[in-house]
Amino acid sequence: MILAMERSLFAFIFRYSKREQLLIVPLVVASMLIYFSMLDLPKAIINEAIQGKRFPVPEATVAFMKLHFSLPGFLGGGQVQLFDGFALHQLPYLFALTFAFLTLIVVNGGLKFQINTMKGWLGERMLRRLRYALFDRILRFPLARFRRVKSAELSTMIKDEVEPLGGFVGESMITPLFLAGEALTAMFFILYQHVYLGLIAIGVVGAQALIIPKLRRRLLVLAKARQLGARQLSGRIAEVADGVIEVHAHDTSNYERAEISSRLGTIFRIRFEFYQRKFMIKFLNNFLSQVGPFLFYLVGGYLVIAGSLDIGTLVAVIAAYKDLPSPIKELIDWDQQRLDVQIKYTQVVEQFTDEDMMPAELQAPVPAPQLPSAGKLRVSNLTLAGEAGSKLIDGVSFEVGLDQHVAILGSHAAGVAELTQMLARLVVPSSGQIDVGGTDMIKAPEAVTGRAMAYVGPAAYLFPTSVRDNLLYGLKHHPLSERTYEGKALKEFDFQMSEAKRTDSTLLDFHADWTDYQAAGASSPQEIETRIVEVLKTVELEETIFELGLRSAVDAADHPGLAESVLRARESIRARLAAPGMQGLVEQFDAGRYNRNATLAENLLFGTPIGKKIFDIENLAGNEYVRRVLRETGLADDLLKTGHKLAETMVELFSGLAPGHEFFERFSFIKQDDLPEVKAVLGRVADAGPEKIEAVDRDLLMALPFKLISARHRLGLIDEAFEARILRARRHFAEQLPADMRGGIEFFDAARYNGAATLQDNILFGKVATGQAQAGNRIAAMLHEVLEELKLRPQVASIGLGYQVGVGGARLSSADRQKVAIARALLKRPVVLILDQAAAVLDGAAQNRIVTSILESRTGSSVFWALQRNDLAERFGHTLVMERGRLAEQGLFADLKSSGGALHKMLNAG
Amino acid sequence: MSLEQEFELIRRVPIFSTTDPAMQKLLAFSSDRLTYDEGQIMFSAGDPPDSAYIVMEGEVDITVPTPKGALLVNTLTRNDVIGEIGIFGDVPRTATAVARTRVEALRISRDVFVNVIRSNPDAAIALVKILADRLAKTTAQLRRMAAEGGR
Repeated sequence: MILAMERSLFAFIFRYSKREQLLIVPLVVASMLIYFSMLDLPKAIINEAIQGKRFPVPEATVAFMKLHFSLPGFLGGGQVQLFDGFALHQLPYLFALTFAFLTLIVVNGGLKFQINTMKGWLGERMLRRLRYALFDRILRFPLARFRRVKSAELSTMIKDEVEPLGGFVGESMITPLFLAGEALTAMFFILYQHVYLGLIAIGVVGAQALIIPKLRRRLLVLAKARQLGARQLSGRIAEVADGVIEVHAHDTSNYERAEISSRLGTIFRIRFEFYQRKFMIKFLNNFLSQVGPFLFYLVGGYLVIAGSLDIGTLVAVIAAYKDLPSPIKELIDWDQQRLDVQIKYTQVVEQFTDEDMMPAELQAPVPAPQLPSAGKLRVSNLTLAGEAGSKLIDGVSFEVGLDQHVAILGSHAAGVAELTQMLARLVVPSSGQIDVGGTDMIKAPEAVTGRAMAYVGPAAYLFPTSVRDNLLYGLKHHPLSERTYEGKALKEFDFQMSEAKRTDSTLLDFHADWTDYQAAGASSPQEIETRIVEVLKTVELEETIFELGLRSAVDAADHPGLAESVLRARESIRARLAAPGMQGLVEQFDAGRYNRNATLAENLLFGTPIGKKIFDIENLAGNEYVRRVLRETGLADDLLKTGHKLAETMVELFSGLAPGHEFFERFSFIKQDDLPEVKAVLGRVADAGPEKIEAVDRDLLMALPFKLISARHRLGLIDEAFEARILRARRHFAEQLPADMRGGIEFFDAARYNGAATLQDNILFGKVATGQAQAGNRIAAMLHEVLEELKLRPQVASIGLGYQVGVGGARLSSADRQKVAIARALLKRPVVLILDQAAAVLDGAAQNRIVTSILESRTGSSVFWALQRNDLAERFGHTLVMERGRLAEQGLFADLKSSGGALHKMLNAG
Repeated sequence: MSLEQEFELIRRVPIFSTTDPAMQKLLAFSSDRLTYDEGQIMFSAGDPPDSAYIVMEGEVDITVPTPKGALLVNTLTRNDVIGEIGIFGDVPRTATAVARTRVEALRISRDVFVNVIRSNPDAAIALVKILADRLAKTTAQLRRMAAEGGR
């Protein structure tokens, strides 16, 4: 179903849009006829109605809309009268003609509107088709291709570079037709009126049409060079960003600067010439356009005076000529665009062509393919040729049962990674066979390989969604059930489907439920949660997810019963904290007390802002209402003084640090970039005295203390009297809070769940005390106990699964990322689980535990694990030892270890 | 509780005594002041070394696990530094630290410590001096043991 991509743009356009293009043609022809009438009608208006040539006497009338045509001679000649017309006097006749003219304008406008809309649709459809086809190709590229192409380049090509193609496709055939039609109509009209004038028009326009495109050729070359330069520039910038560590480590920042500057210079040079030529052409073009009217006034005027031309005709001719340059100019533009776009198209198509592209059939959607389940995995004579012709894998053959656990060992260039990738059919071998339970895996479609096999590499990728979505990603092969739509949604769905069909895009509904619960051993979305928890436990991730859950703020409305449970947990924690030895671990919120482990802002608000719209915790000092409260309670002066001291301290502490020092980020109240400004403010305050401080400086200083936590920062800036005043402001803040701001804050209330705070904060209802050794650990243990007791653990874990992992999983540690990837592979219960150093980033002890628990969970199912640590192979029933692309030996690790063979040597080499 | 007290303390620690006062203050500001109850473990042998401690108040027992049970090797008191060498190696703690009395200590996290050393050559030299002293001590100990064993 996937289209072939034509090498030439016009072949592509013609193949996929000829029907739609043809549909527009009649509209274009109709528009030309009307255009001709519009040129002709003014002549009649001037000559007949205004100058009154057909009204020799005032009472004379003329028939309007008389319909007749002349019979050709062989039918006897003469005229056939269809309609006698309305008899009109001069003035009504003028009205009639001019309104007829207006009608033509409206009808022609309507036609143009219709043509343009259809062109737009047509172009967008083709753009959609092209983008889809290109993306389809990305999915079918061999893996090696991605080492050569930058992902950012691929995406900009699909997103930006083909954009003008879409615009052009709509124009590609209709526009030249339309414009040429218009120009020819006008030209024909002029010729028809007067041959001399027609020849003049042809001469001027012809000159324009011949000279201008020639001059423009060079512009095209320049534009192309610029595009290439810009693309390379963006690639280089991305490279520098990717390799920024090397830049710093080798002090090459200035080298990089120089290179980018030189590239910018080249682009500038091109642009410079481009503009010069462009405006030169513009000047020439304008001149030629203006020469036409000059000749018409001269020659036409002479003819009128000489009496061989009437004034109406001259006016009509000039009007027609005035219309001429714009279609001609647009035609030239079109031609330039054509060349430009054609080049772009060829470039893009070249980029997206690869001889080794996977055939589309291998990725055809299959709802439920037959998967191998039992038997043996046979590899025979497997060979992979490298790019330089060397053999990365050379004649590897082995046979193991699909219930066996196989360790793959080998030193750096042994070909272990290639072998695992070929086993997972991520890389297609140059020759040889892989047979799993009777299925030829090399010819099998991805619907089979992608479900029967699971592969986890040394640095697996996570998509920037939730942990749960990442885990379920391995189950989304085909929509499981059609989603049903009704009413408006159904209409929209039908529209989308018919458009998808028109552009040969996939008809699978993205919004349907794609998750193959059965493959994961579950029958419903609820059951799969249990399975997820199982695999999380296997990879020792459950605890982490649980903690992520504790650190999430969730809306109670989305989780029925949660609020009540959390409040019970809060009660339970409060009781435990009262026990001896536990006091002081948490400082709980108390409306009547200042919480020294919370920030000044939290103490003032005594609540959590909901969102950032009404109260932004980062910028409370900027909030109008907060400022009012501060003014009314006299706290403003306190804050100013404190801010002043704090600023002095920060300047003292941080001024000596080198730029970019990480302490700024971690400890300073002032960003490094702001430090000079703060210094300046302090200087001004010292000069003018604190009373005469300016409003801007005042705001800056007042904003500083809001993040102050007295127990942690130990700066001694908030004494008891100050605390008492903050408490007063706290009451004032709550009492005076305007009704429209109530939605912006959730106050701390011992009897209420707080949807804006994290679960942990909700349960503790306070802050873990700093200064108590291991308070954090002890509180965590206590939380676990309480949640276990209240059977809340699964719910918290489920909330933790909603944690967003960030771009590339950056919000998780690298070890946790690998664990998620392994869990994703385990969840789909593959026939063969293939791991390439998947746990290598974990610490030694964790590796031992995880390898054991994963093998345990895969008892009786196939596992291939390329191990970085040889000793782990003891846990496997079979070991393959690779050496320079060849299978050196195989057998039980314990036997091989002391057999004197390849493994023996490898182990002893260290 | 004020930063001044901790600042005074840090000034007296040999490694930091030569760094400039602003850095000493910053160090005090960026470290945690912790209270340990009697008998509470500060860190155990085998833990990853994530911070160093300066004792402000109380006594800390340093023990080494041996097959025959924990062996007390040292007792540290006010102004003593614990675990500052360990954080530069990539090996787990070799000893266990337990509060013998109620202890107040200043905890300097590993990366802050490393950062200060990195930007203060004098502090680095002080650190090297301490290392050299200990190495000399250990070598002497080994020599003695070898001599005793050979007899």
